Amino acid sequence: MSRVGKVGAIFGLVIAAGSAAGWFLSAPQRPDQRIMTTAEPGNAERGLRIFHAGGCASCHAAKGAEGEARFQLAGGVELRTPFGTFVAPNISQDASDGIGNWTLDDFAAAMLKGVSPDGRHYYPAFPYTSYARMKPQDIADLFAFMQTLPAVAGQTAGHDLAFPFNVRRGIGLWKLLYMSDRPVVEIADASDKVLAGRYLVEGPGHCGECHTPRDFAGGPDTGRWLAGAVAAEGDGVVPNITAGEGGIADWSEADIAGYLETGFTPDFDSVGGSMAEVQRNMAELTSEDREAIAAYLKAIPAHPNGYPARRP
Amino acid sequence: MRKLLLAISILALAGTAASADPLADRKALMKERGKLTGDLSKVVKGQEPFDAASVLRTLEAMKDNAGKFDIGALYPEGSNTGDTSAAPAIWDNPDGFRDAEKKFEDAVGAALADAPADLDALKAKFGAIGASCGACHENFRIHKG
Repeated sequence: MSRVGKVGAIFGLVIAAGSAAGWFLSAPQRPDQRIMTTAEPGNAERGLRIFHAGGCASCHAAKGAEGEARFQLAGGVELRTPFGTFVAPNISQDASDGIGNWTLDDFAAAMLKGVSPDGRHYYPAFPYTSYARMKPQDIADLFAFMQTLPAVAGQTAGHDLAFPFNVRRGIGLWKLLYMSDRPVVEIADASDKVLAGRYLVEGPGHCGECHTPRDFAGGPDTGRWLAGAVAAEGDGVVPNITAGEGGIADWSEADIAGYLETGFTPDFDSVGGSMAEVQRNMAELTSEDREAIAAYLKAIPAHPNGYPARRP
Repeated sequence: MRKLLLAISILALAGTAASADPLADRKALMKERGKLTGDLSKVVKGQEPFDAASVLRTLEAMKDNAGKFDIGALYPEGSNTGDTSAAPAIWDNPDGFRDAEKKFEDAVGAALADAPADLDALKAKFGAIGASCGACHENFRIHKG
């Protein structure tokens, strides 16, 4: 064998080994069965709070839905991003089009690991990178609540993504890089209130999905956690919600909690864009939950704006 | 006397002429709306006492503000760039934008037609006014930093 041939063969072997490792590493994983056995049977009443905290209706109910229609989770809301268009699926109790046939373990695998009952990776447009931090009990309660919701027939269109983003297996490697059930921000001597807020913001609330800038591979840049980011959709930005320059240093905790409740900023501008939908969910929480979120936001590290300065 | 009449007519003309700086004008109107909304909100939250006459004055000022909100003059074609948070949807969906603005006018009109006599009445009217702010900003305003 010539020298070039040898190098080529070795190179080929390395690629083959790499691909095999990649194939192995990118395999969808379900959560350890023992995780969910730590939870007691789900409580639908408590699950309603998690439903609002998690913002489920914002993507899975029809756009602009009000009242009871917010509990009709037939999906269909589109998220138009640079990767392509993601379509929120039907998660109503319909047995064939929705999740009516799912077990709690199926639900936990989706929420905590981003894996479907048939063992495929979900795209992280479904914010399981945040939901991965949720408590098993909250997953069980949310599942119990979802089971009280109506079945709505109808399948949504599939995602419309360009290569290589349409290769689901690639998400497995992405998950290795970006998925963690550990808290993002370690806060020394944090009060229970701050910790409760951290859980709501970093877990079910998935605030970082829009407010944290993303790196070249679309993963959250946790070094600039909640510093604001270029919006995934449209040509706007999502504001910096840390105390850094351009952020909300001049908002008090009461200002933040009040904004989440009423939609008005301290100077009486009103909530806008996709945050309007989020704020409607936050308004359904207790003032205690909103105050915890506010306390956490005042406790996290300050960063300057996570998006480029505006061109004049 | 003639000079005075002339001055008045010039002023009147200037008032109807197309705005020289629509971005500044629409921002000033929105700023004023925010301030008036804040005045009502302080009463709703109990930070200021309820005073029917003062609430009525604020609602009248909101009506005046809405009356000045001439969409054609404030959002002419081409005023979508520069230091503005106006969303492209304003020009892509002008009917939707008009409807959203009308919700504010209607909510203020309803509050004036049945002027709040006590705090609870104001709360109900204020809810509709506040909702109209968010409903419009949800689709027609974007943050640009």
